[in-house]
Amino acid sequence: MNTRQQSKLIYSWYGKPLGSDRKLRTSHYKGILITSESSKTETCIQLGDFILVEGVNADQPYVAQLVDLYEDGAQHKHAVVQWFCRLEEIPQNQRKMLKRDISAQEVFFDQVLGYDTDIAAETIIKSIMVIPLHLGEELPVITLNKEQTFYVKQSWDGKCFKVLSPDTFSKLKEANKTRGVITNSSKASIPSDIFTPVKKKTESVVRSATKPKKIDMEIESKHSSSKSSLSKERHSQRMANNDIKTPTARKKLELNSPTRSKGRLLGYEVLGLLDDDCDATAPLEQSATKRKVKFTNDILGSPPKIPCSDDKSKSTTQSAEHHQSDIMRLSPYTKVNDFSDEDKNLQEKDDVPSLGGYQSSQSPVVTPRSRRRCVQKTSALIAEQISMLDQEDFLSDSDSSYSLSSEEKEDDDDDDVPCTPEKKTKSNRILSTPKSSRKSAVHTPAKTLRKTPLKGTPRTPRNATPEIPRRIQATQEPASVLEEARLRLHVSAIPESLPCREEEFQDIYNFVESKLIDGTGGCMYISGVPGTGKTATVHEVIRCLQQAAENDELPPFQFVEINGMKLTDPHQAYVQILEFLTGQKVTATHAAVLLAKLFSTPGPKRKTTVLIVDELDLLWTQKQNVMYNLFDWPTQRHSKLIILAIANTMDLPERIMMNRVASRLGLTRMSFQPYTYKQLQQIVSSRLKGVKAFEEDAVQLVSRKVAALSGDARRCLDICRRATEICEFARQKRAPEMVRMAHVTEAIDEMFSSPYVNAIRNASLHEQIFLKAILAEFRRAGVEEATVQQIYHHHVALCRMEGLQSPTVSETMAICSRLGACRLLLVEASSKYLHMRVRLNLSQDDVMYALREE
Amino acid sequence: MHLARNYFWVQKILRERFCHHFCAAGKLFGMEQQYRHLLELLRRTTVHGESNSALVIGPRGSGKTALLNHVLKDLREMTQVRENLLEVHLNGLLQTNDKVALKEITRQLQLENVVGDKVFGSFAENLAFLLEALRKGNRTSSCPILFVLDEFDLFVHHKNQSLLYNLFDISQSAQTPVTVIGLTCRQDILELLEKRVKSRFSHRQIYLMNSFDFKQYIKIFKNQLSLPAEFPDEPFAQKWNNNVQHLSEDKAVQDVLQKLFHHSKDLRSLHLLLMLAVSAVTVHHPLLTAADLQEASRQHSTDSKANIVHGLSVLEICLIIAMKHLNEVYDGEPFNFQMVYNEFQKFIQRKAHSMYNFEKPVVMKAFEHLLQLELVQPLERPSARAQREFLLLKLLLDSSQIMEALQLYPNCPTDVKQWAASSLSWL
Repeated sequence: MNTRQQSKLIYSWYGKPLGSDRKLRTSHYKGILITSESSKTETCIQLGDFILVEGVNADQPYVAQLVDLYEDGAQHKHAVVQWFCRLEEIPQNQRKMLKRDISAQEVFFDQVLGYDTDIAAETIIKSIMVIPLHLGEELPVITLNKEQTFYVKQSWDGKCFKVLSPDTFSKLKEANKTRGVITNSSKASIPSDIFTPVKKKTESVVRSATKPKKIDMEIESKHSSSKSSLSKERHSQRMANNDIKTPTARKKLELNSPTRSKGRLLGYEVLGLLDDDCDATAPLEQSATKRKVKFTNDILGSPPKIPCSDDKSKSTTQSAEHHQSDIMRLSPYTKVNDFSDEDKNLQEKDDVPSLGGYQSSQSPVVTPRSRRRCVQKTSALIAEQISMLDQEDFLSDSDSSYSLSSEEKEDDDDDDVPCTPEKKTKSNRILSTPKSSRKSAVHTPAKTLRKTPLKGTPRTPRNATPEIPRRIQATQEPASVLEEARLRLHVSAIPESLPCREEEFQDIYNFVESKLIDGTGGCMYISGVPGTGKTATVHEVIRCLQQAAENDELPPFQFVEINGMKLTDPHQAYVQILEFLTGQKVTATHAAVLLAKLFSTPGPKRKTTVLIVDELDLLWTQKQNVMYNLFDWPTQRHSKLIILAIANTMDLPERIMMNRVASRLGLTRMSFQPYTYKQLQQIVSSRLKGVKAFEEDAVQLVSRKVAALSGDARRCLDICRRATEICEFARQKRAPEMVRMAHVTEAIDEMFSSPYVNAIRNASLHEQIFLKAILAEFRRAGVEEATVQQIYHHHVALCRMEGLQSPTVSETMAICSRLGACRLLLVEASSKYLHMRVRLNLSQDDVMYALREE
Repeated sequence: MHLARNYFWVQKILRERFCHHFCAAGKLFGMEQQYRHLLELLRRTTVHGESNSALVIGPRGSGKTALLNHVLKDLREMTQVRENLLEVHLNGLLQTNDKVALKEITRQLQLENVVGDKVFGSFAENLAFLLEALRKGNRTSSCPILFVLDEFDLFVHHKNQSLLYNLFDISQSAQTPVTVIGLTCRQDILELLEKRVKSRFSHRQIYLMNSFDFKQYIKIFKNQLSLPAEFPDEPFAQKWNNNVQHLSEDKAVQDVLQKLFHHSKDLRSLHLLLMLAVSAVTVHHPLLTAADLQEASRQHSTDSKANIVHGLSVLEICLIIAMKHLNEVYDGEPFNFQMVYNEFQKFIQRKAHSMYNFEKPVVMKAFEHLLQLELVQPLERPSARAQREFLLLKLLLDSSQIMEALQLYPNCPTDVKQWAASSLSWL
């Protein structure tokens, strides 16, 4: 397994504290260093930089600008950010207000007040670029580095879009500039610069020079390629799949540079690699020469970017911006401290030079023409290769993560979900790895499948939309009072309010509301027999809460629902929850890991999730790990997860759950009592409000009958509905009629009468005699079981008494099996013939009652 | 020649009628109310988009499928319904688990994850896909779906009954309108439903009971045997139908029908009887007679096991009689070959005059033949080690069957008959 997956990221402060607040015991910093242990790279992010912040969805990290960095009294690193929001984060219905097409790279200056701007520094992924543009301006066409650059044209305050105020605009612009200056000479920070080939070359030179030298630390502050390499560390797998082309090409190329750490390339880096290839020299030698170039670069007055740890004197004099951060670094701060003053000076100095000058200072770095031509040639070659190479090619590449995820995909039936390697979940940082691998799992199939149609094979329905064909003719609206009543009485009809469950509604509402306001998690267990309105009430609560959230009375939340009966396997619960939350489709095992990570890491912009688990008892597994996980998540500090679990039995936690599961479920319980007849009556009459279709007594009769039997509201409504049908049936074409007692009684009889008596009465004569023979045999033997042979003798005797021709054994067997098929009798397998044993499936009294008259 | 063609037509029409019970072209008897109920239910589903669920319950051969086919045929002829109803037919004997059933539903609905006849995706994906598809629909715009679950009782045994839960749940919520019709012969079907599933089922049960009396039965008999008005040769049809009318009033025929009616009310047994009778009709035997029906009835009601006895050798008959005596002496307790052989030896030595004493291996051979004919049945599976002589067995014939068979047995020695009549007579 690749070590990268377990690589750890270390966050350390850059520079001395700028100032500290004694009271709050916080100290502020101007930058943060992110060091990746395995790949020995280090990135520095400073105030004012634009960053990506880990979000709910690995594909869509949040965009933000770093405003402040501080460490609190508990040694936790915090960052204060100014958010930018992507189009996806804006509610669907409000996107229309933009009235223009938004490219994926456009973000909005976020002025929504609801979001927490104080985030944990550990959630910062890398720095990026956000370039302010005027509203009318077209987005510059960029071919490279798409992931790293965003554009902002408008701001969004939760209600409407506004053009950026000149103030903000200039501030953002400034942020970009200063950033470019502060950083280093080889940096492609100024927007217009990004696209100059010269720039690219510079970058690549630096990269190729540093890369083979693994022991040396790459000190790249604010370097776009460093960003990418950092992001590589975190999202190595993701990168591998993000851009199919790159890895394909890379595989080919890496043959030439075996020492290169794998999987750290973006599109433009290919160019860097090409350089290596062109100089058909040994990597080491090459790196040596390149370093020389680099030094020139440094000498020429552009700060940092010196990848040598031994050359201390040089770094001291030339730049204060590199930090040796090898694994063994003992006192990273002291060194920095030494130069911090100088560093400041340098910064000031760096601010002075104009852009032009800046560029010129870089020019010496530019590699000779010949090389560039070579690059062009090879890039053309690569383009060719890219088109030819298949995806499978790169699958076998360094990209072990992919193969891992694909393996996971295959073993769909994996039972033991939470058994994923512990290492992965050890630190919050590392959790980004599974995230990215998840992405690869999601994307790859889609991509491979998208290819198939081109080849002319039948369209594989991976992207099929679930849809039922539409009807051709319009539905008829209810024409009569009875039809209207029937429509309203249908269980599916959603009433405006749920009568008789006000108390329960309020309890659940208060519970969820309080958790929402606190931003914490919690569980509630709701029990009650079927048809007592559990699910309906919970849905009503959610509807009300959503309304409140829309009106800004409550913090917004996400609502997810799963139903044990609608899952093929308890572990599928993970898959469904994850799909609801992030729209990703992964295997159950993988989803469990991702969810665990999601709920255990502090997500700054993540909304609270309200999860309804219906038919909880069906999530039971041998190890109960699904239930355990579900109820464990809300107890985590950052989960922001509220679970409403619904099941039928009141004592379910005690009966089927292990102690550790029951304990996590907690004691917030609620039980829905079966409806009383008055409540049922109220339910029916509230639905029938304004429609005069039922007699008052008729409703009461139904309610009393149902309340006495089960208290199931569904049953009550069904009976009423059936009564309207009977009424309609009976009246034919006369004047409109109301549902009267007679109709209701008939409906009740139809639904509750035992079918056995009727079945026996309508049986043929010999079948009835056979039943009598059974009774006679039971009475004789005193045992409620007899063989066909014994019964047959009685049957023959009874036939003689009645003066009937006695049946043959075959006929008797046929009678027996017919009665057995209806389950009036319980019979053994018929191979035993005369010796098969027979029992009655109903009481002897019922049989006698059914046979008595006539 | 002309006559021959007529008989060809008679045979064709009648046989088709007797064989294709489900055929919607046939007639329904004694289920007008159930027909109206079901038709109205399905009409409302299609016209109003009302979701429903119902069970059609009735013993085998009571016309459940025929009823449904009739209703569907008539439904499809309505103008508001045409092309407005998707049908999904499942059978518990074919869709033995939810996974298969789900694929079949998806295939029949031709959802978008179906290519050709193949359904893509795993079980979980398919379920999620189908539920999502159904959830997206609504009462007014989606095409209603009719689910017909034949052998409904077998679906009950699927894991967690999740298919039934989901179908009934959809029928009870504001999603795509669906109507679930289950066909079953089990009267106790509601007790088999899980409580949550049961609560979601609307408890509409349509019972088919064969609840007609003998007069109606005669009418059905006439109806089933009559030639239709559109028969090519009208005078012939007239003649035939007159004969049928005549038959139905014949006492002998009524006796035959009465006997059948007493045994079984389901129309399939009537069809079987008529099929046997009609087969006898040829050019040389132009019209159906009471004798034909009596002969058919005799064939229809013969005892299958007793029939086998007629073809046995005298030695085998003797063994069966020995077993019968053993059953009487030991009150139905199981016996083994040695006991039977001893009993047979007693008879040979003391009583038999005409019987030749067979060697034991010969007797054993005869005994094994009986075993193969399943006239005797071992209590447990014969193992290789156990001695065959001592294998415990049971006789699968009743003494009355044996006596009856013996009466009809040609050339049965008198002493064997006497021995059969009384086990004590040799004393």
